[in-house]
Amino acid sequence: MPETEQPQALRGSGGGSPGGGGRIAATGAGGAMDLAASEATTLERPPGAPGGPGLPGGPSGRPRSLWSDAWHDLRRNPVFVVSGLVILFLVLIALWPSLIASGNPLSCDLAKAQQGPQPGHPFGFDGQGCDVYTRTVYGARTSVTVGVCATLGVALLGSVLGGLAGFFGGAWDAILSRVTDVFFAIPVVLGGLVLLSVVTSSTVWPVVGFMVLLGWPQISRIARGAVITAKQHDYVQAARALGASSTRILLRHITPNAIAPVIVVATIALGTFIALEATLSYLGVGLKPPSVSWGIDISAASPYIRNAPHMVLWPAGALAITVLAFIMLGDAVRDALDPKLR
Amino acid sequence: MLLEVRELYVEFRTRDGIAKAVNGVDLHVDEGETLAVLGESGSGKSVTAQAVMGILDTPPARITGGEVLFQGRDLLRLKEDERRKVRGAGMAMIFQDALSSLNPVLSVGDQLGEMFRVHQGMSRKDARAKAVELMERVRIPAAKERVGQYPHQFSGGMRQRIMIAMALALEPALIIADEPTTALDVTVQAQVMDLLADLQREYHMGLILITHDLGVVADVADRIAVMYAGRIVETAPVHDLYKAPAHPYTKGLLESIPRLDRKGQELYAIKGLPPNLMHIPPGCAFHPRCPLAQDVCRTDVPGLFEVSEERRSACFYWRETLHG
Amino acid sequence: MGRYVIRRLLQMIPVFLGATLLIFLMVNVMGDPVAGLCGERQCDPATAAQLKKEFGLDKPVWQQYLTYMGNVFTGDFGTAFNGQPVTELMGSAFPVTIRLTIVAIVFEIVIGITLGVLTGLRRGRPFDTTVLLVTLVVISIPTFVTGLLLQLLLGVEWGVIKPSVSPDAPFDELLVPGLVLASVSLAYVTRLTRTSIAENRRADYVRTAIAKGLPRQRVITRHLLRNSLIPVVTFIGTDIGALMGGAIVTERIFNIHGVGYQLYQGILRQNTQTVVGFVTVLVLVFLVANLLVDLLYAVLDPRIRYA
Repeated sequence: MPETEQPQALRGSGGGSPGGGGRIAATGAGGAMDLAASEATTLERPPGAPGGPGLPGGPSGRPRSLWSDAWHDLRRNPVFVVSGLVILFLVLIALWPSLIASGNPLSCDLAKAQQGPQPGHPFGFDGQGCDVYTRTVYGARTSVTVGVCATLGVALLGSVLGGLAGFFGGAWDAILSRVTDVFFAIPVVLGGLVLLSVVTSSTVWPVVGFMVLLGWPQISRIARGAVITAKQHDYVQAARALGASSTRILLRHITPNAIAPVIVVATIALGTFIALEATLSYLGVGLKPPSVSWGIDISAASPYIRNAPHMVLWPAGALAITVLAFIMLGDAVRDALDPKLR
Repeated sequence: MLLEVRELYVEFRTRDGIAKAVNGVDLHVDEGETLAVLGESGSGKSVTAQAVMGILDTPPARITGGEVLFQGRDLLRLKEDERRKVRGAGMAMIFQDALSSLNPVLSVGDQLGEMFRVHQGMSRKDARAKAVELMERVRIPAAKERVGQYPHQFSGGMRQRIMIAMALALEPALIIADEPTTALDVTVQAQVMDLLADLQREYHMGLILITHDLGVVADVADRIAVMYAGRIVETAPVHDLYKAPAHPYTKGLLESIPRLDRKGQELYAIKGLPPNLMHIPPGCAFHPRCPLAQDVCRTDVPGLFEVSEERRSACFYWRETLHG
Repeated sequence: MGRYVIRRLLQMIPVFLGATLLIFLMVNVMGDPVAGLCGERQCDPATAAQLKKEFGLDKPVWQQYLTYMGNVFTGDFGTAFNGQPVTELMGSAFPVTIRLTIVAIVFEIVIGITLGVLTGLRRGRPFDTTVLLVTLVVISIPTFVTGLLLQLLLGVEWGVIKPSVSPDAPFDELLVPGLVLASVSLAYVTRLTRTSIAENRRADYVRTAIAKGLPRQRVITRHLLRNSLIPVVTFIGTDIGALMGGAIVTERIFNIHGVGYQLYQGILRQNTQTVVGFVTVLVLVFLVANLLVDLLYAVLDPRIRYA
């Protein structure tokens, strides 16, 4: 699609331009995905431009790689540290929920339905008389599983397809661009509602599969753009001139440079996928009981929000903190990797 | 005297520390005179110009001392609104990259006419007519037809002419041109430079020409000020300086120009790297790279020594340099 | 410019066909299109076969798709579960959702751009940091949680609004739902505007404008804003389609009888015609909005116009 390339090349700065490869597609998944997509485009630029006006020479020229430089910054960034710790904690309780919750999320006592906090049950009971604390802890497992699996799938599929299309260009690139356009035209929540309403399985896999199906085009666009940018770097041209094979150029020169935007978008996407799972579960088409999910619990509790707000607030809080942690992590990584902000 | 800069200091506060970009610059320009400010990138020449214009980004920049006397008034002490009126009307600036310096979404006519509309309250129609006139003055063909076009529709040379026209609009007494031809093709460079020189004579304006190109300087400048690490290290009439530099740095610069009459010889290069503005060497900032450096250069900062009535050099050993 | 429009229109056609085909396949291949037609009970095999024949469902899928699209272009979207034509449902649902979307867009423009400009000009100050943090929090909390909480606080606890919107859905009752619908996009518009302003603030042409001696106000409005808002305007335009598609959650929370509500009912009752019909129109709205945005972009940015 060479003709739609032009606007992007002309566009002065980040942000979005329709018609260009870097267009911001409002995905309906919510702004976070758009945030990820557009902000990552700034990462496609080559590093090394000196700082402010009239400040050439700049800081002492210790040669550091982009990654070690970023790591150096990240360790000192409180946002990164806090969100990193939260995520570490989430992964830990997702793997071993029994570490902090001794009960069984499925053992409920109807007699205790909607009761508030009491000793041993700090978050109270839900509409079925299940312990909200235990269910909230166990809910992390579902959310993290969905988020991680969907992100891995989307990142792999999207970056391979997008990367190859960007690298080889031509007809495949044109076809892929049209295909991604098709997927972008379907609002995510709507697509989920349509596709998942016919699924009866109560495992997480249909949900993960759906997210990969509708999520890959976003990453594929990012990867394509990043590869095209990397391809134009002088050292890649030089390697080509020296007769390096396509495989070698792709693996040794392009991948390391194109991977940063993909990682940032994937991190932020992980947060959005968790939110999306909860939204779909809330609408009744995501996970289904007996799966333990924050979305299901919020959905089940929302009619009683007036009398027993604790049944909604705890899982909702856990959900918000989880999504926030991933988005903040992605944001911090992006800032650290963005050479423009140095 | 049109412009006199006294003891100007500018620093940048960055995440990694304070960069001292300008460290006590003294310079002056008379009416109708062309002063070339010469130096490597990072020598502080652009920052000095921006400080004079009052367009430094503050923060991160900060003017920590000095005076900028323009037609007798210290600009640094003016209120922002007074200062603004000096810009464009009293002094104007031409930037290096015309494509990025012109607003991409406004027509060149709008951008030229804006000068008259804002400073003189002219009507839209009159301003447009003035814009056409200006474009003709800088020899842009078919000015009437092109006045409604956008910057990206012009060639590099034509865009720089538009920048020049914009600077000339209100016939300011001083023009600062910051590397006006660096971004242009070599063939166009001469045309644009000639145009600028012609107009400067015609309007009898002061011109500060910031450049790192010694070739440009020789043709058009009356006087040269050489900057290094945020200081003026030598100032002299252009021919005197070319004949016999009085500072080792100037000498190094002149010797590093490739010359046809010395074909076959190795090119001279000043050893070492430009100084880090966060850690400027004590004493004479040039001493780590200077072939003449003695102990005194490492400890004492040389003042500006009077070489002749019109010449100054900031080198303890200017005599040796001049005659060596 | 004319060629640009035509090219964009032509590009739209395969995307529209692809997207509707995808939806059509999802519903017809993965689901059971006659399941909803026998009420609550399972259809017995004979009736199911009869129904399938009646609706042309025994034909190959591509043929069904062509027939359906043919009907759509003559304005026939089929009938809903209660025998009403789908177009009639659309007639009552779309005005409501369009009103909701308008409210949301107005919030995005007024609050989002204002906050974005203010923070972009004050980058690094406490106000900026606070707003930035709030936008991240808003983006992180899923819309349905925000909606439930606002409904609880404003509707139930403080009684400022009615917890659910009446069937007519007048503008004033849609204020809070519109804010909920806009919330995530609003936070994003703020961030986008901020980034754009902060980036363009250091642009060379802004420096030129200052050097020309223009008053600060004029530098900001005529030079800085004019350039910075281009990506924001285009985002908001693209967001129209997304908001209408995403309204389903908001409409469910506040019991608004708009597009999302009808779609949801259609899905619950497994009514293929309603679902495919509404989604087709939404996809079309999304694509038309995108087209308009592209044209708007060309109007705002001469570099595209004359490319």
